[in-house]
Amino acid sequence: MQKNIILAGVGGQGILSIAAVIDWAALHEGLNIRQAEVHGMSQRGGAVQSHLRIADHELFADLIALGTADLILSVEPLEALRYLPWLAPGGHVVTALEPFVNMPGYPPMEEILAELGKAGRPVQVHAAEIAREAGSARASNMVMLGAGAPFTGIAPEKLEAGIEALFGAKGRDIVDINIRAFRKGLELSNT
Amino acid sequence: MNRQLLLGAEAVAQGALDAGISGVYAYPGTPSTEITEYIQRSKAARAGAVRSSWSANEKTAYEAALGMSYAGKRSLVCMKHVGLNVAADAFINSAITGVNGGLVLAVADDPSMHSSQNEQDSRVYGRFAMVPVLEPASQQELYDTMFHAFGLSEAMRLPVIVRMTTRLSHSRAGVEQRAASGQNPLNAEYAPERFVLMPHNARVQYRHLLDLQPKLEELSEASFLNRMVEGSGPVGVIAFGIGYNYAMEARTAHGLDCRVLKIGQYPLPRRMVDELFAACSEVLVVEEGYPVYEELFRGYFGSPKVRGRMDGALPRTGELTTDLLASALGVELPETAAVPGIVVNRPPELCKGCGHRDMFDAINIAVREHADHHVFSDIGCYTLGALPPYSAIHTCVDMGASITMAKGAADAGLRPAVCVIGDSTFTHSGMTGLLDAVNDRSPVTVVIADNDTTAMTGGQHSSATGSKLVEICIGLGVEASHIRTIVPLRKNLEENIAVLREEFAYDGVSVVIAQRDCVEKAAKEKRRAAATGQ
Repeated sequence: MQKNIILAGVGGQGILSIAAVIDWAALHEGLNIRQAEVHGMSQRGGAVQSHLRIADHELFADLIALGTADLILSVEPLEALRYLPWLAPGGHVVTALEPFVNMPGYPPMEEILAELGKAGRPVQVHAAEIAREAGSARASNMVMLGAGAPFTGIAPEKLEAGIEALFGAKGRDIVDINIRAFRKGLELSNT
Repeated sequence: MNRQLLLGAEAVAQGALDAGISGVYAYPGTPSTEITEYIQRSKAARAGAVRSSWSANEKTAYEAALGMSYAGKRSLVCMKHVGLNVAADAFINSAITGVNGGLVLAVADDPSMHSSQNEQDSRVYGRFAMVPVLEPASQQELYDTMFHAFGLSEAMRLPVIVRMTTRLSHSRAGVEQRAASGQNPLNAEYAPERFVLMPHNARVQYRHLLDLQPKLEELSEASFLNRMVEGSGPVGVIAFGIGYNYAMEARTAHGLDCRVLKIGQYPLPRRMVDELFAACSEVLVVEEGYPVYEELFRGYFGSPKVRGRMDGALPRTGELTTDLLASALGVELPETAAVPGIVVNRPPELCKGCGHRDMFDAINIAVREHADHHVFSDIGCYTLGALPPYSAIHTCVDMGASITMAKGAADAGLRPAVCVIGDSTFTHSGMTGLLDAVNDRSPVTVVIADNDTTAMTGGQHSSATGSKLVEICIGLGVEASHIRTIVPLRKNLEENIAVLREEFAYDGVSVVIAQRDCVEKAAKEKRRAAATGQ
């Protein structure tokens, strides 16, 4: 088993909490993990990505080779497109639909959707709206994790256990909101 | 479960703690910051009274670490690659004095310049100082290496470099911990013949350092960080540091069987290198950084056998990848999708609500009233003021250079000579430059952007902020009437422009302190307060 996952977004959107849940679950499954992330200048509103690799055999590189990502999971639609060169044939794109516009020249949404459409059948998620239904717009990350979950190679219950473990310190309410958000995302991909 | 998920930087920290350090000394710098932050958060470190607060700069950090080592204890000193330029005087000379307690320098290089002004390779410093350099390839190896590094440092009585690069420092993997060692007892010995580097001592010590070199090479031959991955075929690979990872990934993914010599400890294990070169008609040299050893293998007259960054087999600059290695090893890679043309760049920017935004608004208006409106600046979040919509600064070279470059330009006749420097950068390397300006009565206006933290690296404690900055400036001889404090807020714009105007017009040294807390720092404190129920 080996999965190469690219998590994409904008600095400050919190893709690392998605990574942390997958990491936690993979570690508890006894899998090997390499998860490269971006710290430093780009965290100030720049494009950020995390290369996450999990496998039941030894992994060497921290970075994913071009054309070998099983999943691009993006919390921002334009950012999903930025990493298409990494997508494997038959790989999946799962992206949130809320644009984050903090630079000039942001393309119109229909052009983004048209480009996304060329990448197989991307799972498109109104993440913020669904997260609000779950109890807090801040849980949109967990909506996205849920939507991407079937492509991570890790069972959803294991990921939920990861959410429990990572959000546990913030209290039961926060855990419940995030689990609800996760399940709503998961439903989208399973139907 | 005895595996923890750690960043490479954190593996260094945990390894150093378990190897029994009594202190870590550091100045923040991407990608090295997380080492010290991890130790600052560690309960085990607190229980063991491991000192860990931030130093004013890399030189003071290195010297304090050397002092701790002099007193017999193990010390870790951490910095980014360019930080070692600042600490170089102390570092190079500590190879001559040698050490008592183990002294390990963890230095993180930044090939591809993700957050740096160059991609200099710290292994060159290791060769320059003639001390062992360790370059692990994985997070687990980093952890294990820390025990080895401190042992080696004490056995050879030399400082030891552990070098890593961005990709390893900022990538997580499962790391297995082993039993921790206790700290060394206090044991300061009088050894002026080693530590007083007057020429008669230094000559003896330098000779000793040279005499140690064959022993260091022998240790490399036996190191767990150096090993041969057997294979066949005419092409062999010598892979340094995490170059090994990409070579092995390409080898596995594309079913290659080339020999791979993994190097993680220097000086080079000559016998192992000779063996590879004897077995292969072509050797690909894979280095995550400068082609330091490739150049050595080629020699002045060149060798047709050697391939690497210098003949275009691999690119001359930037980080390596599995794809680059595969291509260099002759693999035809399939076409992959292109980035759609509509995807525009998303550069970093100053945070919404950041005080630097209002500071630059005021500076831009005041300075552009002059025909010459150069603004010298420095390294920090405010460097983002170079980008639109502000385009407010015109230089950023090295820590502290804003003040001294403004001074030099003022000496050349440039008026006004304006510079912008952060609070932490000012105490790192700006104060001495300000003293130069005072002594020379150079007409400069120094704007200190005081956001009460070292923001760009994630909000570390800054050595001097607020009233302490004012006192420092007075102490350095700036006239009190020309030390002005402003609050960079939208509503104060006119007032702030007026202050800047006055000080730009002043024919002497003036300091304008733009004081407003970092918004990220404020948010962090709020979150912390909420979490602790205060």
